[in-house]
Amino acid sequence: MLTHEDLYQRLRSKDSVQQLTKQIWQAVEGDDQPFRIMEVCGGHTYAIVKYGLDQLLPSGVKFIHGPGCPVCVLPQHRIDAAIQLARRPETILVTLGDMIRVPGSRSSLQQTRAEGADVRFVYSPLETIQIARDNPDRQVIYYAIGFETTTPMTALLIDQARHADLNNLCFHTNHVLIPPAMNLLMEQGANIDAFLAPGHVSVITGVDIYEPIVKRFGTPVVISGFEPVDILSAVLSIIRQLKKGLSCCENNYARSVRESGNQKARDLVDRYFELRSDFLWRGIGSIPESALQLKPEFAAIDAERAFAEDCPQAGEEQSSGCICGAILCGHASPLDCSLFAGICTPQRPQGSCMVSNEGACAAYYRYRRTQS
Amino acid sequence: MCLAIPSKITAIDKETSMATVETMGVTRSANLALVEDEVSVGDWVLVHVGIAMSRIDENEARKNLDLFEDILREEDELNVSDSGPGQC
Repeated sequence: MLTHEDLYQRLRSKDSVQQLTKQIWQAVEGDDQPFRIMEVCGGHTYAIVKYGLDQLLPSGVKFIHGPGCPVCVLPQHRIDAAIQLARRPETILVTLGDMIRVPGSRSSLQQTRAEGADVRFVYSPLETIQIARDNPDRQVIYYAIGFETTTPMTALLIDQARHADLNNLCFHTNHVLIPPAMNLLMEQGANIDAFLAPGHVSVITGVDIYEPIVKRFGTPVVISGFEPVDILSAVLSIIRQLKKGLSCCENNYARSVRESGNQKARDLVDRYFELRSDFLWRGIGSIPESALQLKPEFAAIDAERAFAEDCPQAGEEQSSGCICGAILCGHASPLDCSLFAGICTPQRPQGSCMVSNEGACAAYYRYRRTQS
Repeated sequence: MCLAIPSKITAIDKETSMATVETMGVTRSANLALVEDEVSVGDWVLVHVGIAMSRIDENEARKNLDLFEDILREEDELNVSDSGPGQC
């Protein structure tokens, strides 16, 4: 039987980390070829910076931080919608804690709550059911965020709400998809040799979703877990593939990721959601078919339709002078930003990458304030 | 955001599809409605925002851990794990 030690300590063991690091050094020895690896997921960025994994590797092996932090890529007008919806009379806006401090064009949900709006941050979307039950005379709006990992959890909430016959709960959907963003970065000529693919997105989607990217761009994709040993062994796989001139999609996180993903979760998502024609990603721009919306038959519970007057359309993004956009595209590091750790801090974020724990700027702020 | 934490099931209520799980020493509940595999007390599941998304496969976890053990044991031999990752 698996133990806590198996799943935590052994995957963080100093000896394993040192040995894998040594193998990576041996694998690239005498090689001038750079190995630029984009870790797409913010959870990977956090682990890499927290454990200093990038600092253990040869200088040619570089991690390029990707756009995989759902609150970091939400454009301001979507945050503004959350704020306007929360300010509606007799309304409770419910969302996940990651949204608290994300700056919209003028304010944040935290400020809006301080001004008197009823904004509730929950650990699990399913808590919204009880909130709606306890407040039958008020409109409860669940503001849904997240990648493929989190969309099924919103779908489960919708499903449970329908079975519970709740008629005071509706949804503002901001679920986005990872492969279209990876695809766009490659189309724009990103300087990336391989992808370290997000483990928990893949738990839901399965392995095949990356095949078109591997085939089209000849870029290895290796799915990884989030412990230091997971990440370093995935890096070793990538380097071996690149050195042999191979490109394939490898599942290096098989303890959690089945080849076919989680069909049950995807079926539930398909029951309620459909593709949007396009969606604006903060700092990146509009990406075709990169997000989901509720199907038309669920218009009655779609806050974007029911309260359209409080859901502003995309407009000019207010710039604080931060370089989140370039960071999200892998063109810059947080340390390149003149606002980093001075004007922009997790307490007073100027850009979205400083907000979520998994935003590259927040991870650098916590673990690395000076250039090594 | 996509944080999901390995958690051990300590009790299951089949009627509500809810489990009691232990996450790094903390007891909390997790919804099992989305897990495809049959799960029982003692199994590990990956929990994301209070909802289990998959059972952690013990055999795959063991394979992984054994591979790292091998790497450590034979650390002086070059290319020891050339049969491991990176093979396509």
